Amino acid sequence: MKELTADVAIVGAGSAGLCAAYQAATAGADVLVIDENKRPGGQLFKQIHKFFGSKEHQAGTRGYVIGEQLLQKVEESGARVMLDSLVYGLLPDKSMGVISNGVNYSVKAKKIIIAAGAKENYMAFPGSTLPGVMGAGAAQTMVNVNRVLPGQKILMVGSGNVGLIVSYQLMQAGAEVVGIVEGAPRIGGYGVHAGKIRRAGVPIYVGHTIKRVFGKEEVEGVEIAALDEKWNMIPGTEKAFEVDTVCLAVGLNPMTELVWMVGCEFDFIPQFGGHVPLHDANMETTVKGVYVAGDVTGVEEASSAMEEGNMAGVAAVEALGYLTREEAQKKKDEIRSRLDTLRSGVFGEGRRKNKEKQIADMETYKEQYKEAADHE
Amino acid sequence: MSNTENNTKEGIIYTGVPSKAELAAAPGVPSEERMCQGRVACIECVQGIPCNPCEGACKFGAITIGDEITNLPHIDEEKCTGCGMCVAACPGLAITIVNKAFNQKEATVDFPFEYIPLPEVGDEVDAVSRMGEVLCKGRILSVKKPKSYAGTAVVSMAIPQEFADEVRNMKRLPR
Ligand SMILES: Cc1cc2nc3c(=O)[nH]c(=O)nc-3n(C[C@H](O)[C@H](O)[C@H](O)COP(=O)(O)OP(=O)(O)OC[C@H]3O[C@@H](n4cnc5c(N)ncnc54)[C@H](O)[C@@H]3O)c2cc1C
Repeated sequence: MKELTADVAIVGAGSAGLCAAYQAATAGADVLVIDENKRPGGQLFKQIHKFFGSKEHQAGTRGYVIGEQLLQKVEESGARVMLDSLVYGLLPDKSMGVISNGVNYSVKAKKIIIAAGAKENYMAFPGSTLPGVMGAGAAQTMVNVNRVLPGQKILMVGSGNVGLIVSYQLMQAGAEVVGIVEGAPRIGGYGVHAGKIRRAGVPIYVGHTIKRVFGKEEVEGVEIAALDEKWNMIPGTEKAFEVDTVCLAVGLNPMTELVWMVGCEFDFIPQFGGHVPLHDANMETTVKGVYVAGDVTGVEEASSAMEEGNMAGVAAVEALGYLTREEAQKKKDEIRSRLDTLRSGVFGEGRRKNKEKQIADMETYKEQYKEAADHE
Repeated sequence: MSNTENNTKEGIIYTGVPSKAELAAAPGVPSEERMCQGRVACIECVQGIPCNPCEGACKFGAITIGDEITNLPHIDEEKCTGCGMCVAACPGLAITIVNKAFNQKEATVDFPFEYIPLPEVGDEVDAVSRMGEVLCKGRILSVKKPKSYAGTAVVSMAIPQEFADEVRNMKRLPR
């Protein structure tokens, strides 16, 4: 097996991984970023809408433009980016198994940053296996990356930001969206995203779910029904639509396989997508030298993924001696304050509390571990 | 209570459309008098999301969010010239420029538009409400899409005055 070495190896070239690479490489470290796609950028290149946030986070700039700018910075930083390459294993000795163009590599790095992102949740209902039922993220990749319209008449399930934004983008691409169905009694995403959908004449059915999809060979129609307070369908409230596509935007969950494999300890935080790795304020997990950043630490958004990537990159090279304590501290303080801003307001407050819990649980774990070690 | 009862509830979190009360309380929505004096930005931003490009887009210092990025934007109706730079800058597409005194009978609404095809000057289009209902016809006065708008077009449309509080966009044109 061919062997590759690096000071810092990063899994995933999305917002988090690229920022980590930029920070580590500009500090002077030898950095290797590995991503399974043919093009770096992760989710960013699918985001054709203008981002929210502040000037520092390029608010008002479209996601793919942020991605292009980030990519250029990374190229200039000297980090190596290995594309079309899958990290299939991460052993407790921290060696990484990578397959690239049919060639097997073992990657040995002093520090590892896992920025693998998240994957879409699935939902089962009668007809859910028919061709034409797909994840909203998959539909977004089809229209915005591959320029293929998945269908002409579409029903969206889920009113979080992903469901709202992808509905809008499907209409921009020329499809008709017949409605958005949301199980909860209220819309999950930003009101302004919902507003765009409503102005386009699309109804949002809160307190409704999908009952079944029908069709012979593929999706031909869908039936939805209202829910009572216990989330049971209310008979007689069914509505049917003729559609050729049903998109599911029912949440994401962190891509934690490699994190489990290397032996990290986990927390369970439902709002973050389920099991998420414990990490400290430096983004370091319970396995020394293994860091995490972005959606893999709990599903949030691109801006916070970038900042967590910055944090992990700075902390990893500080530990390797490429930055002095003071230099690193200054950078970390700036990153921390930007993260706090992102995790504020009606939508961000909950994420801030969850993040604080995750880091506090890590501290508790360290205490217990220390006690156990003291007893030995 | 059944979940569906919420379908009749008002407010942005239930319908995706700000209610009359939410609009009345929004610091970005100018007064009736000001809208009758000429072009002014109408910022229908009612949820405290961390976002502030509108503030930076205004050359006249008419939009204030302040240090707390989740504050709602506040419009200074004296300073606002109705230039429209904020319309394309808002990632939420929540800003329009309203002029209730365009002429004796008509008002104008300038709104962001991100669908193709774009309308052309002089076209008669379907003017729609916040809920997408067609309320009246609109006459296209201008369509601007300079590079600084980063892909968003801003369309100016004349409509009968009585619809100036309701019309916020136009129906998508067939491809
Ligand atoms: C529809 C939609 C709209 C969004 N809109 C916004 C928005 O307006 N504003 C905002 O801030 N955020 C938005 N986001 C969220 C944002 O895109 C994500 O939070 C962000 O991209 C997460 O970055 P990441 O680097 O953690 O993960 P990703 O961008 O997903 O990158 C992870 C990368 O790692 C690769 N990878 C994973 N495992 C392996 C492996 N084993 N080997 C090799 N490669 C691997 C993946 O293929 C991927 O390229 C949106 C997301 C979606 C889906």
